[in-house]
Amino acid sequence: MTFLIDLVAATLRNATPLVYGTVGETYAERAGVLNLGIEGTMYAGAFFGFAAAHASGSLTVGLLTAVAVGLAAGALMAFLSVTVGTNQHVAGIGITLLLVGVSEFSNRLVFGGAGTLPKIESYALLSPFGLRALSQYALTYVAFLAVAPLGWWVLARTSLGLNIRAVGENPEAADAAGIDVARTRYLALMIGGALMAIGGAFFTLAALGSFTLGIIAGRGWVCIALVIFGRWRIGRGVLGALLFAAVYALQLRLRILPGWDAVPFELLLALPYLVVIAALALSGRNVDYPGAYLKPYRRA
Amino acid sequence: MTRPRADPPAGTAHAIEARGIVKRYGDLLANDHVDLTVARGDIHALLGENGAGKTTLMRVLYGLAVADAGTVAVDGRRVEIRSPRDAIAAGIGMVTQHFSLVGPMSVAENVVLGHTDGFRVDHAAARRRVTEVSERFGVPADPAAIVADLSVGQRQRVEILKALSRDCRVLVLDEPTAVLVPQEVDALFATLDRLRSGGMSVVFISHKLREVMALTDRVTVLRGGRVAGTVATAATDEDALAEMMVGRAALRPARPAGGRAGAPVLIVRGLSAAGRHGLPALREVSFELRAGEIVAVAGVSGNGQTELGEVLSGMRRATAGSARAGDTELADTPPDVVMRAGVGRIPEDRDASVVGEFSVAYNLVLEQLNDFRRGTVLDERRIRARAQELIERFSIKAGPDDRVATLSGGNVQKVLLARVLARDPQVLVVAQPTRGLDVGATQYVRSQLVAQRDRGAGVLLISEDLDEILALADRILVLYEGRVAGEVDGAAADRQRLGLMMAGRAAA
Ligand SMILES: Nc1ncnc2c1ncn2[C@@H]1O[C@H](COP(=O)(O)OP(=O)(O)OP(=O)(O)O)[C@@H](O)[C@H]1O
Ligand SMILES: [Mg+2]
Repeated sequence: MTFLIDLVAATLRNATPLVYGTVGETYAERAGVLNLGIEGTMYAGAFFGFAAAHASGSLTVGLLTAVAVGLAAGALMAFLSVTVGTNQHVAGIGITLLLVGVSEFSNRLVFGGAGTLPKIESYALLSPFGLRALSQYALTYVAFLAVAPLGWWVLARTSLGLNIRAVGENPEAADAAGIDVARTRYLALMIGGALMAIGGAFFTLAALGSFTLGIIAGRGWVCIALVIFGRWRIGRGVLGALLFAAVYALQLRLRILPGWDAVPFELLLALPYLVVIAALALSGRNVDYPGAYLKPYRRA
Repeated sequence: MTRPRADPPAGTAHAIEARGIVKRYGDLLANDHVDLTVARGDIHALLGENGAGKTTLMRVLYGLAVADAGTVAVDGRRVEIRSPRDAIAAGIGMVTQHFSLVGPMSVAENVVLGHTDGFRVDHAAARRRVTEVSERFGVPADPAAIVADLSVGQRQRVEILKALSRDCRVLVLDEPTAVLVPQEVDALFATLDRLRSGGMSVVFISHKLREVMALTDRVTVLRGGRVAGTVATAATDEDALAEMMVGRAALRPARPAGGRAGAPVLIVRGLSAAGRHGLPALREVSFELRAGEIVAVAGVSGNGQTELGEVLSGMRRATAGSARAGDTELADTPPDVVMRAGVGRIPEDRDASVVGEFSVAYNLVLEQLNDFRRGTVLDERRIRARAQELIERFSIKAGPDDRVATLSGGNVQKVLLARVLARDPQVLVVAQPTRGLDVGATQYVRSQLVAQRDRGAGVLLISEDLDEILALADRILVLYEGRVAGEVDGAAADRQRLGLMMAGRAAA
């Protein structure tokens, strides 16, 4: 029983950054832009959120800094892919390389080359009703109770969401209908960037209370896969995040169970990724990509 | 239909008054000081050959292109149109040549797109608005339907509703009838007539002179980016318009006599095939095509014609049945074998049939590269010589080194024709051969098809254009929901009955 409750609690916690990242990436892609800057944006959100919180002593300042970094990263992606019309793969990977580099360089400047970084007083766990499974960080509650449902609602029910879907599906039609295609894509990428950065900051401001090199460990790429797994729907994307997080939590626990030590732990570590690949292979066939995926828009 | 009026009532401001519009694309003057005046409550036709600049002019009016010079006044007021938003605000609505709809969205969402007020979209209110506008103007549409599921005719109505729901007073329709079946054309014309009675001004672009004569009040003809003239429809006729368009008298060939059909060159028996979504698209189709005849396959798009053309050219697998050309089975046969069996094909999707980035010369020999080799390398000299010869024979307006992507639709079609006809095929499968082509190019293509028949080839003509079918076919097969719904003798066929058969409402 304890095992199960712990597993549920760990699943929700592990899924949190993935929910932010997946919702953020969904916004970018529904607007027609594949944002491969996500890995770097999460990384920069984690580092700069941490650095600001450390310097100011305020977690709120840290979180707002991460949001600002995410907005800037989204705007940069928009500038390159929308205004300049750069190939989206190149722009996205460039941004990831840039932001990882800038974060690590700043890390050297601010904290020196020290192996262990200072710890901050991170967010405390909330434990409503004294239930262990619900003992989570506020950011987890926000992810599941606000970001996912609101993210869905905005896309499905608001003019902003309608415009985002229209420019991602058929920018010519959106343009002819009087929608500012470039402005809408900027907005979608900036909203998405802010969410990705919060997802990164979750590690430093909540889960770990510190920054380490390689902290994101490919979770941005996982989000890219989850968006496709979710077929660009937020609900399905969140489900995918939970699936990945559950397998991740499970393999951590399996490692310490008697009898499982014979299995190389690298293999167990690979398990969640294998599950994602398998899920993609099963559900990712014949998916309908957003109509204008990867295409910059220029009025003829 | 109300009688066309020759002149707008004096003293009122014009709905549209465009002066001196210039639009340049690189070295090309797409619009060269064009003046266009559209009277309130008029349906104004815009005519001209492919590339004459009709779409460009309308894109300028709607803000999709920004003119290099010129002014536009709407209802007597100067307006600055720099984007569709400005045009919509000025009361101009446009149904573009390629629709501007978002497929996965509902009709209601498409209609409110771009002019939602407030942050939240009230879907119920949007649906009510669509229903209200659709009833007020008599343009039927289901607000909850997903656009991607609609037929072309239905989509067009959504486009019209979009413009109407923005209270446009000028409606621009760019080749609206090119994609419609006769009944849909009649319905569209009735709608436009009603709008005209309500004081709407309409700009109507079409290559079909018959439609222009039947519907419009005035006609402006563009030629090479300039205005060749504006006339009252009542004061002109088809021949005069054709002459204005091409600058010389156009010859309208009489319906060529046929009836010397020989032995069967293509025998199709019980042919079935699946369509794009794996659903049955062709169901047990059987017919014979004989040497020296043109058999037309008529039908509303989406009733299996595309799949039939694809199976016969080796691009799609048959699920049952056979199609034999001579000794070769065409169903389930790779395209190169189909070609060697003496089957020439001109597919529906022109752009997918040429390699746009290749030169005209390469595209002309693309299907027989093996004949133009020296050892393992291509023999450039012979390829060029062949290209020169075909360019002359088929009067293609391009050089052998021009990239095909830069050619007009009519010339791309000529390249395809030349490539196929140069091989003297026994069986010719052509799909929508004149779609989007102007009067001159259309006549040229049709005369080539007739020449092939007279040479003794069997021609299978898959077309959605009834005029074309009536002008060329010796026999007509009507496809409805993947089955042959009937066969009609070409000389005895009439539009009305064919239209009904295409709609599945009458047997042969
Ligand atoms: N975006 C563009 N870039 C470059 N050239 C263009 C562009 N749009 C149109 N043109 C050129 O401008 C000329 C006029 O084109 P336009 O589309 O207005 O012709 P049209 O009269 O509508 O022809 P059609 O009957 O084939 O639709 C053509 O030569 C075309 O190739
Ligand atoms: Mg045009």
